[in-house]
Amino acid sequence: MTAPTSPTTTTAGSLDVAGVSRSAAPARPTAAEAPLVSYLLGLGDDALVLAQRLGAWVTRAPQIEEDIALGNIALDLLGQARTLLTYAGEVEGTGRDEDALAFLRDERDFRNVWLVEIPNGDFAVTMARQLLFSAYQCELYAGLLASADATLAGLAAKAVKEVRYHRDHATQWVLRLGDGTPEAHVRMQAALERTWPYVDELFDHDDAAAALPGVAVDPASLRPAWSAYVEDVVGRATLAVPQPTWRSRGGRVGLHSEHLGHLLPEMQHLHRAHPGATW
Amino acid sequence: MTAGSTRSTATTARTPHGWPLWEVFVRARRGLSHQHAGSLHAPDAEMALRNARDVYTRRGEGVSIWVVRSSDVVASSPDEKDPFFDPALDKVYRHPTFYAVPEGVEHL
Amino acid sequence: MTHEDAAATLDPALEAELQARFDRMIAAEERIEPRDWMPEGYRRTLVRQIAQHAHSEIIGMQPEGNWITRAPSLRRKAILLAKVQDEAGHGLYLYAAAETLGVDREDLLDLLHTGRQKYSSIFNYPTLTWADMGAIGWLVDGAAIMNQVPLCRCSYGPYGRAMVRICKEESFHQRQGFEILHTLSHGTPEQKAMAQDAVDRFWWPSLMMFGPPDADSPHSAQSMAWGIKRFGNDELRQRFVDMIAPQAQVLGLTLPDPDLRWDEESGHWRFGAIDWSELDRVIRGDGPCNAQRMERRRTAHEEGAWVRESAMAYAAKHAAPSAEAQPAEVAA
Repeated sequence: MTAPTSPTTTTAGSLDVAGVSRSAAPARPTAAEAPLVSYLLGLGDDALVLAQRLGAWVTRAPQIEEDIALGNIALDLLGQARTLLTYAGEVEGTGRDEDALAFLRDERDFRNVWLVEIPNGDFAVTMARQLLFSAYQCELYAGLLASADATLAGLAAKAVKEVRYHRDHATQWVLRLGDGTPEAHVRMQAALERTWPYVDELFDHDDAAAALPGVAVDPASLRPAWSAYVEDVVGRATLAVPQPTWRSRGGRVGLHSEHLGHLLPEMQHLHRAHPGATW
Repeated sequence: MTAGSTRSTATTARTPHGWPLWEVFVRARRGLSHQHAGSLHAPDAEMALRNARDVYTRRGEGVSIWVVRSSDVVASSPDEKDPFFDPALDKVYRHPTFYAVPEGVEHL
Repeated sequence: MTHEDAAATLDPALEAELQARFDRMIAAEERIEPRDWMPEGYRRTLVRQIAQHAHSEIIGMQPEGNWITRAPSLRRKAILLAKVQDEAGHGLYLYAAAETLGVDREDLLDLLHTGRQKYSSIFNYPTLTWADMGAIGWLVDGAAIMNQVPLCRCSYGPYGRAMVRICKEESFHQRQGFEILHTLSHGTPEQKAMAQDAVDRFWWPSLMMFGPPDADSPHSAQSMAWGIKRFGNDELRQRFVDMIAPQAQVLGLTLPDPDLRWDEESGHWRFGAIDWSELDRVIRGDGPCNAQRMERRRTAHEEGAWVRESAMAYAAKHAAPSAEAQPAEVAA
């Protein structure tokens, strides 16, 4: 693991998955961004990117009922993203609205964690990703209920009910795939192996959160409750908690997997092709 | 004496290769009874409840849901329909419209 | 016992009596319910029509689903996602209605996947630009609503009830389509051109959604007599044109028909001849997207098989003697 000596070194080259340490992560856009804006963008981008991934499931689900369920989760996340990005724009105060933030920022300006970028894979990967992420969001929003920021607390009050349902939905499926047929068991275990390397990053130190005591939640504080819930589900599903050999990091400061660079152009191209147009 | 014991046609247990069928009942709001909303397929009761929420209450149509396996619904059979229901039809005095109310009388 | 068995064992006198009772109920505009005796032709017609309707909702998710990841604003993305999700719901309501006639959804899907049952040909046209989301909402959903509103009074109870629910939910679909086109036609020149192009491509196919002229529609008369169908294809098509033509003026868009004109005398918009040979081609499978739509649908079903099977295996392992679940209280 090599850390560049200068924190301002940014090259657009490909990133070795395991080779990016936090100290190597040059934040962008740098000092000018208020911690609250960074924090809101992190939460909002998480929700937006996962909504984008889930939206791609519609018409492809294993059962039509599940098309509707995945659509519901995507819609909830999209709603959270819109609230968070709109508020980030207001706090920033330079006139950027939810669409400017969603459609006109580049990869390096997105603050989401890597977990939500993982391609959909099979249904097991999608449910593993959902369980890990929704369990995290449950603890996060429960913590934000007490935020000193009224807008954040208000969002949390609405969102905590939504994400509990998402977590429950993913739980039901992880149980049914893990403890169902042998084929599904193998696929579900593989899906946990695929997604687990992105877990640590959820609880990494975040400068923005640290600068907002009473407003933000310290990510590390969420881990015990998260682990208790998720590991219980994994056990009941007769699956094993993976021991990954590498871990992701850096999403909150704009360092992402290569996948985001494919997700964003698809999402953004139409909006960008017509500068200034209304839709 | 088998009145009321025939399984309904709709729900003949024909689920050879798919998830079983469930009937969904939704309470629209407090103070109302559960009403039949439709049916859906689900592997078990827990998933049936969750699917019912997504399929039948997307617009906040309900505060409570029941699901019942369709094959567990017991229905009166069509052949017996008339003897089963006709006796009730001649008790017109059960209905308020049976009684003549003189003109001008309100709130009765 | 299946309906076929029942029909085979009925004695002719009883069957005549049941037929007479069925006819009286139809004549009195009473609803036929699942457990009533019904003529086999009535049942077959309903199964075919409801299944085709359900398939259309499910396949109809694809042309719009094609734009969920590319919607140009977050608001539009949310609306589109909700709309496509509604279509899945509508498909399910309709499959449920069909299942009351003694068929299994899995069998109906099998008929769709093997091409033995059809879906509306309109969904074999590609969605090439964002404006197509507007044209589909305004024209395709507009035509669908015109067809569906009378079905709310269909003589078969479960179908009518499903349609009531669907029509209620669809009311926002056409409106959001109109709104998309209105925004585009009042936007940049490129946006307006995009809107006009979409209307040009979807206008004639949407007129064909009402089916062939009544004179060439062999099943129409019987369906009308049974109270399944309430109005002829030509009448509904005319109503649709009468509704759309003035709306096009508000949008500032042109309908691609040089013969379209207001006829003072009849109080109707007159329109040009429809090229039915094109519809025939598309129905026969010669549409731009037929194979693509079917492949997507089949792939989703096949790739989901291991998931559905595992859920059944889990249910079998964990089956409790009595249902362990409590009624769900939904957060209001």
